[in-house]
Amino acid sequence: MGDTRVRERTRGGIGEDVARIDGLPKSKGAFAYASDLWADGMLWGHTLRSPHPHARIRSIEISAAVASPGVHAVLTAEDVPGKKTYGLEFADQPVLAWDRVRYVGEPVAIVAAEHPELARRAAARIVVDYEVLPAVTDMKEALEPDAPKVMEFGNVLRHVRIVHGDPDADADVWVEGYYETGMQDQAPLGPEAGLAVPAEDGGIDVYVATQWLHVDRQQMAPCLGLPMEKVRVYLAGVGGAFGAREDVSMQIHASMLALHTGKPVKMSYGRAESFLGHVHRHPSRIWMRHGATRDGRLVNIRARLLLDGGAYASSSTAVTGNASTFACGPYEVPNALIEGTGVYTNNPPCGAMRGFGAVQACFAYEAQMDKLAAVLGIDPIELRLKNALSTGSVFPTGQVIDGTAPVREVIERCAAIPLPPEEPTGPATRDPITVPGGAQNVGHGEGLKRGVGFAAGYKNTAFSEGFDDSSEAWVRLSAGPAGPLVEIRSAAAEVGQGVYTILTQIARSELGVERVILDPSDTNIGSAGSSSASRQTMMSGGAVQLACGAVREALFERVRAREASSDPAGELRLEAGQVLESELPLGPIERFLDEPIEETRVFHHRPTEPIDERGQGAIHVSFAFAAERAVVEVDEDLGLVRVIQIAAAQDVGSALNPRSVEGQIEGGTAQGLGLALMEELQVVDGRIRNASFTDYLIPTILDMPPVVSVLVEEPEPGVPYGAKGVGELSTIVAGAAVAAALRNATGRELNRIPVKPDDLVGLAEPPTSSGPPAAPDVPGPRSVPEYFGLGAGQMEILANDADDA
Amino acid sequence: MTRIEVTVNGVRRDAEVEPRQLLVYFLRETVGLTGTNVGCDTSSCGACTVLLDGESVKSCTLLAVQSDGREVTTIEGMASDGEFHPLQEAFHRNHGLQCGYCTPGMIMAAASFLHENPTPTEEQVREALEGNLCRCTGYQNIVKSILDAAGQMSGVKA
Repeated sequence: MGDTRVRERTRGGIGEDVARIDGLPKSKGAFAYASDLWADGMLWGHTLRSPHPHARIRSIEISAAVASPGVHAVLTAEDVPGKKTYGLEFADQPVLAWDRVRYVGEPVAIVAAEHPELARRAAARIVVDYEVLPAVTDMKEALEPDAPKVMEFGNVLRHVRIVHGDPDADADVWVEGYYETGMQDQAPLGPEAGLAVPAEDGGIDVYVATQWLHVDRQQMAPCLGLPMEKVRVYLAGVGGAFGAREDVSMQIHASMLALHTGKPVKMSYGRAESFLGHVHRHPSRIWMRHGATRDGRLVNIRARLLLDGGAYASSSTAVTGNASTFACGPYEVPNALIEGTGVYTNNPPCGAMRGFGAVQACFAYEAQMDKLAAVLGIDPIELRLKNALSTGSVFPTGQVIDGTAPVREVIERCAAIPLPPEEPTGPATRDPITVPGGAQNVGHGEGLKRGVGFAAGYKNTAFSEGFDDSSEAWVRLSAGPAGPLVEIRSAAAEVGQGVYTILTQIARSELGVERVILDPSDTNIGSAGSSSASRQTMMSGGAVQLACGAVREALFERVRAREASSDPAGELRLEAGQVLESELPLGPIERFLDEPIEETRVFHHRPTEPIDERGQGAIHVSFAFAAERAVVEVDEDLGLVRVIQIAAAQDVGSALNPRSVEGQIEGGTAQGLGLALMEELQVVDGRIRNASFTDYLIPTILDMPPVVSVLVEEPEPGVPYGAKGVGELSTIVAGAAVAAALRNATGRELNRIPVKPDDLVGLAEPPTSSGPPAAPDVPGPRSVPEYFGLGAGQMEILANDADDA
Repeated sequence: MTRIEVTVNGVRRDAEVEPRQLLVYFLRETVGLTGTNVGCDTSSCGACTVLLDGESVKSCTLLAVQSDGREVTTIEGMASDGEFHPLQEAFHRNHGLQCGYCTPGMIMAAASFLHENPTPTEEQVREALEGNLCRCTGYQNIVKSILDAAGQMSGVKA
């Protein structure tokens, strides 16, 4: 008791640059991705997909496929055991199409065979008799009265109208702009894959790479006609996600085939099928008018946003809400009218992708800020600072921003990062690899112009508009063979973002124990919510913190009961495997662990409100902000670009693992840069024309410049450790910053991303618009399918779960 | 079917393969080494990079029969005597990975490159790795990892 020597601190806790717990398995090739799964006697599933954007299915003839060698099952819509549709928010998507197909790539039939090639060959023998119908593949045309209807109730998914202050308020100066963004793909490097294994109890065990185990299950079970508890979903190794795995892909199909054949069935998409098998980032068209005073204060913003949701709802209604509510940028504006519409078309379905609507809005509002700065003759950064939001500012939905809002700080600290030195231009003045097109020996450094562009942006973390996306965690503290041991169970999906490492760091800090193990994620514990919306550190981190706190309290009760010498007034604490009382060691933790202690806790973020008829409500949980500055070099003859540097400053609340946070900023920046310069699914008449990595380009190591990042740490009140989500912000601002830099270099309008070489050399005209579409007639501000009583997906089911509890 | 003899990670394998079988599927499905990943099917992403007689190749671009009589090293063969390869440790230490799907290919491509150029500059690392895509990291920590490993390896040799 008299030991007063300096104690060790618990190592590997929060705030440290802890190496990833999956880093060694992944770097030695021992980490099992979903595509690596194998079971004895397993069959391979294959999906037959629609070749038409819109057609009636007259008949499906499967007999030749059934008779194919090695085939064990050929299933169509009539074989779906339960509910025939599913969906993340509304069950509008057929498991397998019947009567109609609504996009190219829609699943029509599935095959299980002994080898993937046998399955593919059999699928090619299925004869589907289609009557091709007129398709609507333009988002604006979808709103016209005579447009083909994608759904019986029409083509409007959601229309949000936000009335903030006096939308008729006049201003000294107005600038106007029209903007377009293309359809981006998440392109995670690991294609969709999973293994479904029929269980003895008549249920199914499914191992799959996903972002949200429980909502997969909630969509799967009704379609499979099974009670929820007979569908058990286990997380298989995930090769990146970025939103692409928030929706179901092969989960129901593989389960149907496995239940039908009584054998394990694996489905593993190739890259081409992956492009068809998941949702994409919504293409957008955005019209904006910004009004300001002569000295540069924003007075009024008019924004009209149109998003192409494609053939099925996925999360389009939430994306429409997000794009609309963030349309004014991280700026104080007293008056605004924002109208956002998400529509159905016969294009591939769009849904979640990193940034979730805030990306498209940021590209538009930041271009507007630069336009306004030019008209007013004010420095663009000064204009942003002058209008920056801060704590206490009012969001366009009337919500008071009560958390930290270091908008000025992220702008100032980003702008303060030193610019890269000027480099000589002209032939043979430097290493060809450092000039645009140099790596391909196309450009030689003539006609280079440097440009600098800046963008600030913001986004919500966790789910909004009344959604309670809670997370559960179970924590057990026991005496292991080498001292105390913490075991964590959480259904949070590790998709590469690093949540597993963060959860172990939290447990170390909370319990003062360095040996922490994490059980595999599955549905045998309560939902952790989705690995999306930059929410897992806050939500599952919060759940682990709560559970650890409960374990600690139970331990302290034991300590008090057993330690006669314990001073009831003394403060107990756990550090480096020791119980401390008033900072003095009482003894090793395991002395009190003759029985293990285990606790389960659920973390809820604060409740949010749905949006009302005027677009008002405290709809978001928490806001995070970021700014990036891009420096580019453009070859004005060839239209080629090299990005020289990205400077980034991000509001992270507090960094629980700073290097991991920087890694998120760097990776998110790459995806924003890709959207600005190269990434677009070329969809012509509803068909994706570039479904491969030879034709859909993502940034290579030569396309990515160094990212210099600064973490702005102002802890967020009411959030575990004050840590804000960090996953999405850099993607939101990077594209806008690169586009601004290209404008600065070329003086061109560049109102569409991705910017193409033809845009940079003036061979292509900037897109124009005859004006925004009229506001559609909708029953209210919520999602249109809701008003039509369309069977809901997760919304309805989660609500029912809550009722049962 | 064609008979091939190929040494994989130091172990000789005799196998009957279909002449059209790609090396990557031979490694993954016949030999059972799933550390080599398939990311694109079009030789664009480099996730399937392995060493063939010490030089990096995209194993989805090669037929299994082309490896007949040759030596293939996959990510599983990089550690020796229970010691991780310096590149494996460097990727772990420097946060050189997130989802990790590209990592085996990155490490194999980097190993081949560092054999040619043991003391590269950052530009040279970037040029050498252009054929390997990563969707998570923005490459910064991959470059850092390879430079770190180069330092460790040249230090070991010195």
